[in-house]
Parts: sequence; structure tokens; C-alpha cells
Amino acid sequence: MATNQILTSTLKNNFLNVYAIWLREFKVYLRERSRLVASLFTPLLWLFIVGSGLGSTTTLSIDVNYQHFIFPGIISMSIIFTSVFYGAYIIWDRKFDFLKSVMVAPISREIIFIGKTLGGMTNSMIQVFMLLIIGYFIGIEYTVISLLQITFVSLILSFLLTALGLGLGSHMYSLEGFQMIVSFVVFPLFFLSGALYPLDNLPGWLYFLTIIDPATYAVDALRNSILGIATYSFELDLLLLFGSTIITTLFGMLSFRKMRAV
Amino acid sequence: MKNLTKKFGKIVAVDNVSLEIHEGEVFGLLGQNGAGKTTIIHMLATLLKPSSGTAEINGYDIVKDSSKVRKNIGIVFQAPSSDDMLTGFENLKIHSYLYGVPSELRINRINELLKLVGLYERKNDIVKKYSGGMRRRLEIARGLIHKPKVIFLDEPTLGLDPNSRKTMWSYIEKLVKEEKITIILTTHYMEEADILCDRIGFINKGKIIAIDTPEQLKHRIKNNNNNNNNNKDNTGKYIGDIIKLYFKVPNNTNDIYKNNDILTKNLKVLKSFKFVKNIEQKKFEGKDNSLVILQVDDINHNLPILLKSIDNVESVEFSQPTLDDVFHAFTQGSINEAPEGGFMERYAQYEK
Repeated sequence: MATNQILTSTLKNNFLNVYAIWLREFKVYLRERSRLVASLFTPLLWLFIVGSGLGSTTTLSIDVNYQHFIFPGIISMSIIFTSVFYGAYIIWDRKFDFLKSVMVAPISREIIFIGKTLGGMTNSMIQVFMLLIIGYFIGIEYTVISLLQITFVSLILSFLLTALGLGLGSHMYSLEGFQMIVSFVVFPLFFLSGALYPLDNLPGWLYFLTIIDPATYAVDALRNSILGIATYSFELDLLLLFGSTIITTLFGMLSFRKMRAV
Repeated sequence: MKNLTKKFGKIVAVDNVSLEIHEGEVFGLLGQNGAGKTTIIHMLATLLKPSSGTAEINGYDIVKDSSKVRKNIGIVFQAPSSDDMLTGFENLKIHSYLYGVPSELRINRINELLKLVGLYERKNDIVKKYSGGMRRRLEIARGLIHKPKVIFLDEPTLGLDPNSRKTMWSYIEKLVKEEKITIILTTHYMEEADILCDRIGFINKGKIIAIDTPEQLKHRIKNNNNNNNNNKDNTGKYIGDIIKLYFKVPNNTNDIYKNNDILTKNLKVLKSFKFVKNIEQKKFEGKDNSLVILQVDDINHNLPILLKSIDNVESVEFSQPTLDDVFHAFTQGSINEAPEGGFMERYAQYEK
């Protein structure tokens, strides 16, 4: 009985700790309204300008509007960019010493990591929902099931990539350095994910690169849910996404454990 | 702390520091910028691992039991570390979760602490709107949220204007009285250490060079100097309670014997007092008065006695040594050689 109580109270404590870290991230996000607006700008740019621009000349082997075709990819793109760049906030926190005040509390690094990852995830998901609303206005049709699937895939992808971003950020001390290095990660993730082109009939070298990109499976799963077009099965997509999430989460946790507070 | 050492590459920031801090005391680490104070605090707060040596807080080892240590300490950093985008209340609320303050006690504790530091009226304002002094006070409240046994204050009045400093000192004194916790503070302000601390440790270039109460430290210098019959340290400053007596000597060249008589008589009297440790005479050519400089013990009680026993004194000047004088005496001019700034500055200098 006693051990049970101790276990539940430690669990409750851990939960409250994670909640506290998440709450702070969330409140700050809400108060910085400019973040929300700015973060929607690039996806909208791609959707409307590239989508319509290229869409007027491109014909796909599949019979679908190009703008609709890249819509799942644009959702991924928004998740990729916001999630990985979320790691910049760790560098910011360290610069302003806020990180020190969190690290001097009696909570483990893992808990801090999870709280922050969930914060970044919430950040990305809010954008996803805004994009889904915009999608409605360009003619995308949803069902309850497709919405659930989209949400689920987005959650996994954003967790995966936020963990990656935080892990990378924890090793760095300059914002400029972070932005540069992360660009080398983020752009390939996006361009190799099949967001902008179908995954069939690709030249060998490109094909190989797309299959090692975890975002490919997210885009595929999203396209499956929204448009019914898929190269791989939904189950395979999810499996590979889970696997990648475990890898990046471990990377993030280890990085946090080694991270210097000062 | 035992033999606590921290090296950053070739630089030894903290060099074999060993000391014991007693429960309930206010201990001050006093030294120049870059002396190693903040590094020691960071190690004790488990934010930095020592290169060698150990320390225990409330019985817990800082390396092996770091999370237990963190439950027992609060810390107010040199630079403000509150979240700008949250309100004062929210900052404390988040930290109350992180420190596991039970939910029944949470709100009361927060409000109680906000009242203690005088921020209760502004609790729902965003911290961005707080002044520097207010942010520090908020962080003191934050440091106390879980009723720690020890609180670290790293340069508590750095960058504050004189009024805010006085306010901060009074809050710290209030803290000492009401919460009865051990306070370890670092500062480079001598008067701050003098006012607030029960004991002070001088630190220079990563080494502790003296530990004692402020009173004792001032006395030490006086006694040391007088044993060596040397009333000046290398930098040419006077150490010890000083009395300067300007004797009025009549300006009649005919009475030159009389002039010397007055002085001789008085000097004899002065020499007879046990509390006069040193006498030095300065003569001024063609002027009406003669200066005699004395070093004495316990000037407060002895000056009246002295003045009653001598005559022909035109004016008196007196001063007591400050911790500043004491610190300079201990570090003997080595301060000017040490590069300014924290370890990063010194590292940069060595790299050249």
C-alpha cells in the first residue's frame, strides 16, 4: 500500500512538473501573438504562390489539382519548420538565464525535455489546425476519420521533430549558429519528403534519399488521409514514424542530460 | 566545502577552497569581479561540476545527491532570470509546481511571499514591467517558495541605484529575522558585506584569503600592523583607527623653545597611553600648526580621554578603517595585476 502511494505521488509529481514546464511554454506562446502570425506566412506563401504558379503548368500523372496535391506537404512543411526551429528557444532561455532557474529545481532533465517538447508540439499543432481551416477554403474535403488521422500523424511528426530541434539546440550557444546548422537539416527534410512531387518514378539516387527521410512517411500518410493517394501503407508510415520518434527522443534526452546550464 | 576546485582549461577559477558555513548565519563571499565567487555558487547550486573537491549542503553531497541538494536550496542569480512574458504570480506558480509545493499550500505561500517582498500589489503585472529591484525581489520570493534551508544571493544589489540598494538590504535583513535561513551571498561591495554579514570570506583569484566577522577583520589589520611597527601597507594607505591632531603652536620666533615645549609635553602624554599604538609627526614649514598622526585602539572610547589630557589642539580629524582598507591590505596591490571580468575575460587574456 505504502509503495503504491509513493509511486502514485511520484507519478503525480512528475506529471505536475511536466505540466508546469508545458504551461510556461504555452502561456509565452499565447502572449507572443506575432509568432503565430509570422509562422503561418511561409506555408501560405507556398500554398498559394507556388501552388497556383506551378499548378498552372504542371500536370501530374495522378488526376488531382497540384495545389491540393501539395497541401499535405505544406502541412508537413509547417510542422518541420516550427518544430525544429523550436530548439532556438533553448538557446534563448540559456542566454537570458531562465534555463538556470529551471535547472536548479529538483526535477530531472528528462522531465524538462518532455515538457518543452510538448510545448513545441502544441505550438505546431495550433498552426496545423489553422492550415486545415484554410484548406477547407481551397476545396479540401475532410471526414471525421481523416481529421483524426491527420491529427495523429501531425502529433507524431511534431513530437519527433521538436525533440530533434531541442536536442540540437542544447548543444549550441549562439542563435545564428543554430539557425545555420538547422537549415542544413530542415531544408533537406522538406525537399526530400515528396511534399512537392509524387514519390513514384523517381531517379534512383533521389528515391534512396527520400526513403531515409522520416518526413516522407508523414507526408505520405497525410496525403493518404486527405486525398487518398499513397505510396506506402498507412500502417507502414506510422511504424516508421514511431521508430524515428524513439530515436530523436533518445537523442534529445541524452543531449539534455549533458547540457550545461551556465 | 573541502578543497573545491574548478578549472576551465588552464585557468583555475576556484583554487582549493575549503570552508564551513554555519546554520542560520549570513555568510558573505567578498571579492573582485572574476575572483571566483559566482563559480563557487554555481558549483554549490549543482549547476557546475567541480574539477575536484567536494561540498555538502545540509548533509547532501553536491555531486552524488544533487537533486536532494536542490530541494534544500534557493538561489537568486546575478542576472535576472524570471520569465519576462509571465506575471509575477505566474512565475511563482510555475516554480511552486517545479518544487513540489503541495496544492493546498500553494496559493497561500505565493501570496505570503509576495507580501514579504512587497510585490503583492503588482503580482498580476507582466515581469517585463518590473524594475530591476522588483525583479530581484521576485526572485527572492521564488527562491523561498519551498522553504529551503539555504539561499544563495549572487550580487543582490548589483546595478541598483542607492535607494533600491537600501530597500534590498532591509528586505534581506527582514528575511534573516523572519525566515531564519542560512544566507550565502556574494558581493564586491564592501559596505554591503559589512552591514549584512555575520562572517565574511575574502576571496581573490580563486583563493580564500581570510575568513572572520567584519569586526574581527578590521581589528586584525590594526594588530598586525602595530606588531611590525609599520603603519603603512605597500599601497601607502593608513590602516587602523586614525586620529590626526593639529596642534596650535604660537607663531613667535622668539619663543621657539616654548613651541617645542608644547609639542614635547603633549607628545609625552600621548606616548603614555596604552591605546596609542603609533605616533608620527609632521612638521609644516612656516605654518602655525603641527600635525601629529596617531593610530589608536577603540577610538570611540579613547578619543575623549585623549583630548582631555592634552592641550593646544586646534582641530581633530579621525577615521576608522573600512573593509575596503582591510581588503586592500590583504591583497596588497595584487588586485591591479588581475585582469577584470569573469573567467572568460581571463581566458581570453591568457590565450594571447
